[in-house]
Amino acid sequence: MNMHYPAFRMPENTDTPPIAERCDSKLARVLASGEFAVTGEVGPPKGCTTEPVRTKARLLTDCVDAANVTDNQTAVVRMSSIAAGLIVLEEGIEPIIQMTCRDRNRLAMQSDLLGAYALGIKNLLCLSGDHQSGGNHPGAKNVHDIDSMQFLRMMKEMRDENIFQCGEEIKGGGPRFLLGGAANPFADPAQWRPYRLAKKALAGADFVQTQLVYDLPKFREYMKRVVDMGVAEQIKVIVGVGPLKSTGMAKYMRDRVPGMSVPDPLVERMDGAVAGIDKGKKADRSTAWRNEGIKICIEQIQEIRAIDGVAGVHIMGIEWEEAIRPIAEGAGLLPRPII
Amino acid sequence: MIVAEQKPLDEIKTMLEGCKKVLAVGCGTCVTVCFAGGRREVGILSASLRMSTDLDGEAIAVEETTVQRQCEEEYIAPLEADLEEYDAVLSLGCGVGVQSLARQFPGKRILPALNTKFMGFPSEHGVWEERCQGCGNCVLHITGGVCPVSRCPKQLFNGPCGGSQDGICEVDPGTECAWHTICTNQLELGLFEEMMKVQPAKDWSTSRDGGHRRIVREDIRLPEIEKA
Repeated sequence: MNMHYPAFRMPENTDTPPIAERCDSKLARVLASGEFAVTGEVGPPKGCTTEPVRTKARLLTDCVDAANVTDNQTAVVRMSSIAAGLIVLEEGIEPIIQMTCRDRNRLAMQSDLLGAYALGIKNLLCLSGDHQSGGNHPGAKNVHDIDSMQFLRMMKEMRDENIFQCGEEIKGGGPRFLLGGAANPFADPAQWRPYRLAKKALAGADFVQTQLVYDLPKFREYMKRVVDMGVAEQIKVIVGVGPLKSTGMAKYMRDRVPGMSVPDPLVERMDGAVAGIDKGKKADRSTAWRNEGIKICIEQIQEIRAIDGVAGVHIMGIEWEEAIRPIAEGAGLLPRPII
Repeated sequence: MIVAEQKPLDEIKTMLEGCKKVLAVGCGTCVTVCFAGGRREVGILSASLRMSTDLDGEAIAVEETTVQRQCEEEYIAPLEADLEEYDAVLSLGCGVGVQSLARQFPGKRILPALNTKFMGFPSEHGVWEERCQGCGNCVLHITGGVCPVSRCPKQLFNGPCGGSQDGICEVDPGTECAWHTICTNQLELGLFEEMMKVQPAKDWSTSRDGGHRRIVREDIRLPEIEKA
């Protein structure tokens, strides 16, 4: 369906202070300075021991400006993102707490986030959340009291107007989070996606992190629209990247993950990496694949960096966090600036 | 209409354990139209119960009747005459019908033979789809005639999530993405400004979240004297 979307120009921002004044997080300072930002990800464990969090966090030391801490990702129960975020903070890495609208109503969200801010967390990613039907408690009741746009608006008003969602004043001032959202440039309706990004900025997002980007031609088209609409001037776009681990993974992402685009040449390149290696030599094939995956990721970061309107990359290891350092290093992103 | 479907026969038999004689009561309105609890379904279910319990050696006598609407007193009141001879009433009405019978006949066991599913319509012969959750605060004028409360699994108010692909919902490959259609309709109807507006957090107090709901219409309420 080829619907006609009217022309849109982002209205001038008159009410929000410059990014560095909104929040005093390291990520805010990096984004405000115009330096190319690097974020990573720490998935909390399905348990209550701190060591898995520390181990994952240490793999990111000095590689990223901040690290996302996921919130019951894919609707599977894990250690709370706020608790795991504090452990990440103890390891010297600035956390970006993720929170979904699936598990909490507006009371719980505001309350938990007042607490998170009080404990030293400064970055927040506001998400709708994956549906619980695909997780490990499919019989759970979901909440969705508010959606991700309304969540952003609520947090912006808590920060910039010192009011709760109900309009009541927050005595002593609201939590000053740097506010992020998610964006998927490849989901449908395709024409809607740049507009949706504009809407996230209007709702209050300071930055977005995108879905994994492998399809650069398609992503360039998206970013051109984003820049032309004046959206990139008001929201920092941090682009999701991640190393492929095998041909199978590339094909799975291409064919099975909704809202994901993996071009065929990339799949063929992964396949080519194991050409001539006997199928029985599993370790050799895995090493060859992983080396190629890292190489592709580095090349893509360099190309993404050159795209107008891009403010940084979000490197997702996807259960292969060891790859993040060589990727950041190979792409010339190290050392991280101290601002 | 209210759409329902019959419970599994074994579950109904379990509910009826210990009963010797029951009255199966159908409803001539919504559940007749959705082929779940009309005269025909009452006949089939009653016959199945008679045969099945007979084979089990614990035969239950099942008698049948169907009223115009189980949810209104005037249609169910006449059932009272013969009710004493039954151990239980098996209602093939929706949840409202079951409760209406229970309120009318206190002390009588009223058992649900159906699972009430949703308010919806048949999208094709043999397929029913949910269309309304009775949230008490309709937004269909903004959303191009498609309800995000009942049709979007995440109840989004501000456009499709990142899992919408080829017009299909990420939660179920058999389901249309409601927001895909909403966007199409909004554009067609000239509602672009509404699309770009950050729709505020919904006031759910008009929904079940606000507590048990009732509507009082003083203009059509009967005077105390007539009630008496």
